Amino acid sequence: MLISGTIFTARDAAHKRMFEAVEKGEDLPFDIKDQFIYYVGPTPAMPWMVIGSAGPTTSSRMDKYTPTLLDMGLKGMIGKGYRSEEVVASIVKNKAVYLAAIGGTGALISRTIKEMEVVAYKELGPEAIYKLTVEDFPATVIIDSQGSDWYSIGKTIFNDTKNKEKTQS
Amino acid sequence: MRSIPYLSIVEKVAKMCQEANFELGNDVVEAFRDALKKERSPIGQDVLQDLIENANIASSERIPMCQDTGVSVFIVELGQACFIEGGNIYDAINEGVIKGYEEGYLRHSIVDHPLTREKSETYNTPAIIHIEVCEGAHLTIHMSAKGGGSENMSTLKMMKPSDGKAGVKEFILETVAHAGPNACPPLVVGIGIGGNFERCAYLAKKSLFRPIGHRSDRPEIAALELELMEEMNDLGIGPQGLGGDTTALDVKIEIEPCHIAALPVAVNLNCHASRHKEIRL
Repeated sequence: MLISGTIFTARDAAHKRMFEAVEKGEDLPFDIKDQFIYYVGPTPAMPWMVIGSAGPTTSSRMDKYTPTLLDMGLKGMIGKGYRSEEVVASIVKNKAVYLAAIGGTGALISRTIKEMEVVAYKELGPEAIYKLTVEDFPATVIIDSQGSDWYSIGKTIFNDTKNKEKTQS
Repeated sequence: MRSIPYLSIVEKVAKMCQEANFELGNDVVEAFRDALKKERSPIGQDVLQDLIENANIASSERIPMCQDTGVSVFIVELGQACFIEGGNIYDAINEGVIKGYEEGYLRHSIVDHPLTREKSETYNTPAIIHIEVCEGAHLTIHMSAKGGGSENMSTLKMMKPSDGKAGVKEFILETVAHAGPNACPPLVVGIGIGGNFERCAYLAKKSLFRPIGHRSDRPEIAALELELMEEMNDLGIGPQGLGGDTTALDVKIEIEPCHIAALPVAVNLNCHASRHKEIRL
């Protein structure tokens, strides 16, 4: 799928801070309801660029914090790699979705990011929260609102097809 | 004695850090192309095509191919007849990394304290530097910009001698299967067998510095590299773990003698952005 619109960035340090804010009963630095978070820590933008290299980071490091954010209205996450059972259950409960972008294609992905604006925790540098305007940002659905997991399905479908080919030949 | 100026090391290291992040080695790009010819999964083919395109963009626009510009890992062959004039080799390399990363708009990804997570004050340093003293008067510096995602899925196990080759293979395949999409496949898998606890980890890392397609000099180890690669690619994990033939681009094994009671094994995974450069001074 291709995403166009607004997404927010956050990775380890920003998640920790948001989680601590929630625990203290404070407001989050942006209205998270119906928003998407992209797990990314971009390289510094060269002077002529909107953003530097900006591919996804491993999502599982955010697992600890994700169910809380989903309960607060977060609609989707973009990253790469497995999610915990708790996150999958929370995705189903909150009718959300988890998408993966291709890890290691930061140069390619940065072309789809048209605007970048710092929202919070500026001092965290690449780990701050940024608001990104994206056009045709490429992603794959990994966990849908029913809890189906493409990492498992994709591998099974591929191996079944491969084994069928083997038996036929 | 041959004298090598400190500043010439700083300059060359700075340049190699940027090159490593902008210019993916031909061996890796060729491995993507070869894999694309063999890959049967349509989504796997798409991913491989994107990896080739990403490498082209990074090279032509001189931007980092991946936002994780890595921990800078160095293996240095230092001839014992070399003398570094104006400072020591560790400082020269670290200064080169700071310069290369800061001026090249590469990411500062190092925290000083692993528990408090305080960011290091010097840009993307300290680097990890291994020095091997050798005969002669040459200085060769090998650098890797090693990504964190694949490093996180790497493993080490002190196995029993009775586990033998079959047990070692099982442990290696389990590591790759468990890493799945997290380590950004297609992978280059570096394996150290033997030595001791810390030595096998170093051997695994060192093996990753060999170019793709380069086989071990030992026939039985070269055969094991190919055998493991075939079995990894039979797991069906595929590019980015979305299903497919291409889970590993290559497998590298380094072995060393070890204690009669020991069979240490380390598996160091490298993502597809297998970034290595080498300079000779």
